[in-house]
Amino acid sequence: MRERLGRVAVWLDDRLGLAVVGEMAKQKQVPVHKHTVWYYLGGMTLFLFIVQIATGVLLLFYYRPSAEDAYESIQFLMAEVEFGWLFRSIHHWAANLMIFTAFLHLFSVLLLRAYRSPREITWLSGVVLLILAMAFGFTGYLLPWNELSYFATRVGTEIPAAIPLVGGFIGKVLKGGDEVSGATLTRFYAFHVWVLPFLCFVLLGLHLFLVQKKGMSVPPSVEREGGARRAMPFFPNFMLRDLVGWLAALAILAALAAFFPAELGEKADPFAPAPAGIKPEWYFMFMFQTLKYLPAHIMGIEGEIIGIFAFMLAGLLLFLIPFLDRRSGRGEPNPLLTWIVIAAVLYIIVLTYLGYTANPTA
Amino acid sequence: MTEAQRDKGTPRRNFIRWFFGTAVGAFLVAVFYPVTRYIIPPASAESAASSVTLPLKASDLAANSAEIFKFGNRAGILVRTPSGELRAFSATCTHLNCIVQYRDDIGHIWCACHNGHFDLNGLNISGPPPAPLEAYTVNVREDEIVVSRGV
Repeated sequence: MRERLGRVAVWLDDRLGLAVVGEMAKQKQVPVHKHTVWYYLGGMTLFLFIVQIATGVLLLFYYRPSAEDAYESIQFLMAEVEFGWLFRSIHHWAANLMIFTAFLHLFSVLLLRAYRSPREITWLSGVVLLILAMAFGFTGYLLPWNELSYFATRVGTEIPAAIPLVGGFIGKVLKGGDEVSGATLTRFYAFHVWVLPFLCFVLLGLHLFLVQKKGMSVPPSVEREGGARRAMPFFPNFMLRDLVGWLAALAILAALAAFFPAELGEKADPFAPAPAGIKPEWYFMFMFQTLKYLPAHIMGIEGEIIGIFAFMLAGLLLFLIPFLDRRSGRGEPNPLLTWIVIAAVLYIIVLTYLGYTANPTA
Repeated sequence: MTEAQRDKGTPRRNFIRWFFGTAVGAFLVAVFYPVTRYIIPPASAESAASSVTLPLKASDLAANSAEIFKFGNRAGILVRTPSGELRAFSATCTHLNCIVQYRDDIGHIWCACHNGHFDLNGLNISGPPPAPLEAYTVNVREDEIVVSRGV
């Protein structure tokens, strides 16, 4: 091997020990069975995240984070800067696709029980990464400072107010004041371009390290079937299949960006009434729509508070699933959990659909 | 036949290499061409305005003093000479883009960054500036000052 490398590579290898990485890549195997296709979703999410970093850095070249300038800088970017529309649209679409593939990744891992011992920490870090992705979406949505995002943020930052005692304080810290203003914008900007990426890198590092360390989980259902274990080398077999998926994703992104460029809308005006049909990003829609359907009071408590706590509880149960699902840990079937997950997915789909089709004035 | 020999010889392998290399090359061009064009700032909104009405009155400016004003998106400097004449120049130093100021103690336009001096005709008289300041035309209509760029 070393004889085939150039002198520079040998010099580097002597100092960095890169050959070890090559050996690791050679040895890494990916199990092959009827559910193998789901192994590609994590890599797909990672690819879209890389696209987000690259396009996000490019957007920073022209974006100005202030209530006075933000909208105009995006307008300039979309209209004047060469390919500005392309990079903003790709950032917009890759964000949406990334959340989508992350959700698919979560539900596939959930249904295939990949979170069971010894991969609990991989699961925990993954759930936190999904929450970070949604926080990316929420903070990034405000940055163009347009009407839609402004009012969506007013609504979103009101949510913590439902938490007793500290809720008002949290809302104020989020907004940088009592109202959504330029102070909120700079705050969200800091979160979006520094705090969240930093946290993401740390957790993603842990997540990927654990995936390498523990290898891919074989679903208990496949293990129970027995039979010979099949596998393919990660490099190059799996890697090349991954690349095909990434290229397909890039093509889809380019098509979406070209045919459905990200819109900008009207500049936010804090003194104008909220326009009709205000709505959050689609991945918040099922929660938003649920809150609309709840009655004002349930057993003397505000319906909104009940709803928000129900979602928090559901999130917490999801987070702790490796410790709650003892049966899968022992390799036994757990049909109840499967049905709960399917019901949750259906609930999300139906409520999202209603959110987009129900008459907003009704 | 060793593996290396086989790699070099087969036309099919060569074709695949060529095909793959071209695809990678095309991909890189498709990514980096837009990125390069994007990074280059567009010919900026160079103010189309060739004249500007200043937000100050002719009577506000005492002799032997000056004011910086906005000329489109650039800075200009309006000087009232000790003899009472109004003159206007670009306030951007021709050396390294600093904004110049008027020194009433020496009656010069002066750039603080690298000690460049311009006289009251905008001529670079000492220090590093390589060229005179661009001179504008000043018109006073009643008490209103209109500065225009040479047409």
